[in-house]
Amino acid sequence: MGSSGPVTDQMASSDAHPGRTPRTGPWTRVTRVRDGRVLGGVCAGVARGFGLDPILVRILALALVAAGGAGAVLYVVGWLLLPEEGADESLAQSAVRDRRYDPAELVAVGAVVLGVLLLLRGTGLWFGDAVVWPVLLSGVGLAVIWRQAGDDDRASLQRVVGRIPASVDVRSRRAALARVVIGVALVVGGVGAFLAASDAFSAVRQGFLATSGIVAGLAVITGPWWLRMGRDLARERRERIRSEERAEVAAHLHDSVLQTLALIQRNADDPRTVVTMARRQERELRSWLYQGDRPGAAASDPAPSEPAASVAAAVTRVAEEVEIDHGVSIDVVTVGDVALDDRLEAVVAAAREAMVNAAKWSGAANVSVYVEVAEAEVKVFVRDWGCGFDPSAVADDRHGLRESITGRMVRHGGHADVRTGAGEGTEIQLRMPRDGR
Amino acid sequence: MTEPGARPRVFLVDDHHLFRSGVRAELGDAVEVVGEASEVEAAVEMILERRPEVVLLDVHLPGGGGRAVVARVAPTAPEVRFLALSVSDAADDVIDVIRAGARGYVTKTISGPELTSAIRRVAEGDAVFSPRLAGFVLDAFGTAAGLPDGGDPEVDQLTSREQEVLRLIARGYAYKAAARELNIGTRTVETHVSSVLRKLQLSNRHQLTRWATERRLI
Repeated sequence: MGSSGPVTDQMASSDAHPGRTPRTGPWTRVTRVRDGRVLGGVCAGVARGFGLDPILVRILALALVAAGGAGAVLYVVGWLLLPEEGADESLAQSAVRDRRYDPAELVAVGAVVLGVLLLLRGTGLWFGDAVVWPVLLSGVGLAVIWRQAGDDDRASLQRVVGRIPASVDVRSRRAALARVVIGVALVVGGVGAFLAASDAFSAVRQGFLATSGIVAGLAVITGPWWLRMGRDLARERRERIRSEERAEVAAHLHDSVLQTLALIQRNADDPRTVVTMARRQERELRSWLYQGDRPGAAASDPAPSEPAASVAAAVTRVAEEVEIDHGVSIDVVTVGDVALDDRLEAVVAAAREAMVNAAKWSGAANVSVYVEVAEAEVKVFVRDWGCGFDPSAVADDRHGLRESITGRMVRHGGHADVRTGAGEGTEIQLRMPRDGR
Repeated sequence: MTEPGARPRVFLVDDHHLFRSGVRAELGDAVEVVGEASEVEAAVEMILERRPEVVLLDVHLPGGGGRAVVARVAPTAPEVRFLALSVSDAADDVIDVIRAGARGYVTKTISGPELTSAIRRVAEGDAVFSPRLAGFVLDAFGTAAGLPDGGDPEVDQLTSREQEVLRLIARGYAYKAAARELNIGTRTVETHVSSVLRKLQLSNRHQLTRWATERRLI
C-alpha cells in the first residue's frame, strides 16, 4: 500500500514507457503493477517507481490506515488516479468519460447521501468525523473502481469482498455485497433504537427519523443497482435459453437434413431414390417443425419403434413406411383424430395393405389417403389413378385384398369397399363404426 | 379473365431464389412470367406497377408474410388474384393467407402441369383447393351434418353438398372426377368450391382461428 505524498514529488519525471502515447500530467512514471499485487497494485507500483522495497511501502500505508484511516483514503485515491501498468488512462479518467453516469443522477444521489449524513450528525448518531468521512470517501472510491475496473482490479476487489461474507461466485458475491449494506443499515438502526430507548421520549422520535432517513437513503442509492442486476440476470437467462435452442436446432439439422443432402448427392443418378429420400426428409422435418416436441415426432429413425397414439398419426406413419419401401409418393389428409384401439389398429393395417397394393400394382406415382374421424365411424379412403383392375378376374391370387383388407375389416366389425375398373384407378374405402357412439 | 389458350401473366413472390427459378423453368411457355420479388415491399410495389393476372405467393416471406402482400395489394388492385404456395402445412399459416384473400393454396411439391392448371383456374376466377386445404377446411368447419343445399351463404357452416365436394377433393379427386362422382357439372363443383372459399374468408367466428392455432400441423 502507498500514499500519494511521495508520488506528487515525481510530477516532473519523464515518461517511463516510451512507445506508448505520452501522457501529460504528473502520474507518468508510477503505475499500478499487474503482477505481485496485494490489492490494487498501488503500493508495489509506488515502490517500483521509487526503487523501494514494496514491503516498506505497504508497512507505511498500514500505519497510515491505523492512524485515523487516512491511509485507506489515500490508497483508494491512488487506485483511482494511477493508471494500471500498460493502460493508457486511469480509472478516474475513464470514469469521467463514461456515459453511463448521468450527472443529474450523481448530484441527486450525492445530495441525498450528504443530507442523510448531516442529519445523522445533527441528531448525534455519529461515529465521529474521523471514522465516517474516510469510510464514506473510500466507499465511493471503491464503487467507482468497481464500475470502471478491468478484470484484474475486479478480481482483487472480489477477493476482498468474498472474504467478508461468503463465496466468490458472481451472483452470490453481489448478494453478499447487498447483505453487507443491509446489515450496516440494520446496525445503525439498532443503535438508533437503543439510544432512543435509553433517552427521553423526544429522542425516540429523533431516532426513528434518523433510521428511516438511513433506510430511505440506502434505497435511493442502491435502487438503480438492484434494477440493473435484475435486468442483467434476466438477459443472461434469455441468452442461455436462446443458445440452447440454437444448439438443438443445429444438432437436429445435422442429424437429418445434412445427412440426407449428402445421400442425395451420392445417389444423384438414381431419381427414384432421390425422390424417396427427399420426401422422407421433408416429412420428418415437417413433423419436427410443426408438431413441436411431441415424443417421437422428431425421430430421425426411419422405422420408429414406439407405437403411434392416434389414428391420424398411425396412418401417416404407415404411409411413410410404404413410401420408403415402394418409392411412391403418398399424400395423407386427415380430418379429426381419435386414440387408437384394437379395431382402429385393424383399420390402419388394412389401409397399409391398400397402400402397398396401390404402390405395387396401379402403376401410379401418387396415392391419396384420406382419413376422417366422424361421430359415428372412422373412414379411410386410399385412392390411386392408375390402371385399375377387374376384381373378379384377379380375385384368386389377390389374397392381399380379400384377406388383409376385406377380411380383416369384417372380422373387426367394419367393412371395406373396392371401387375400380380398368383404366379408372382404384379406391379402397374402409369404414369402422366407433364404440358407444 | 383470360381467354382460353392465352398465356396468363404471372408474378412470382418467394424469398428463395432457387425456388423462383425452378418454378419459372417448370412453367415454361405455359404462362408469361412478368416479374418476381423476394420480399413484401418490393412485391407490393412491382405488382401494383405491372398488374399481373395471378401472383404465385409464398406464405412465408420476410417483412410480414404472404398475407401482408395480399392485404396491401387487394384494396388498390382487386383484379389481381393470388395463389398461395407453401412448403408449410401449418394450418394457421394457410388459413391466414386464404382469409386475407388468396384464391387458393397448393403445396410446393405440386408438379409443373398441375401448377399450370391451378394458375389457369385462378386466372379464370376459380378457387384452387389442394387435398390438404380441403382437409383443413373440413376439419375447421366440422364434419357433422351440413346445411341443406342452397342455404344462406353467409352462414358459418358448410352445406352437405359443399362437404361432399371437399371430401372428394381431400380424397384426391380432381374437379372433373369429383363432378362425375356426384353426377354434376364441373362448373357446379367450381361454384361450390368458390362458395366454400367465400365462407372461409367471411367467417369471423372465433372457432376458426382457435382451431387453426390449436392444430397447426398435418
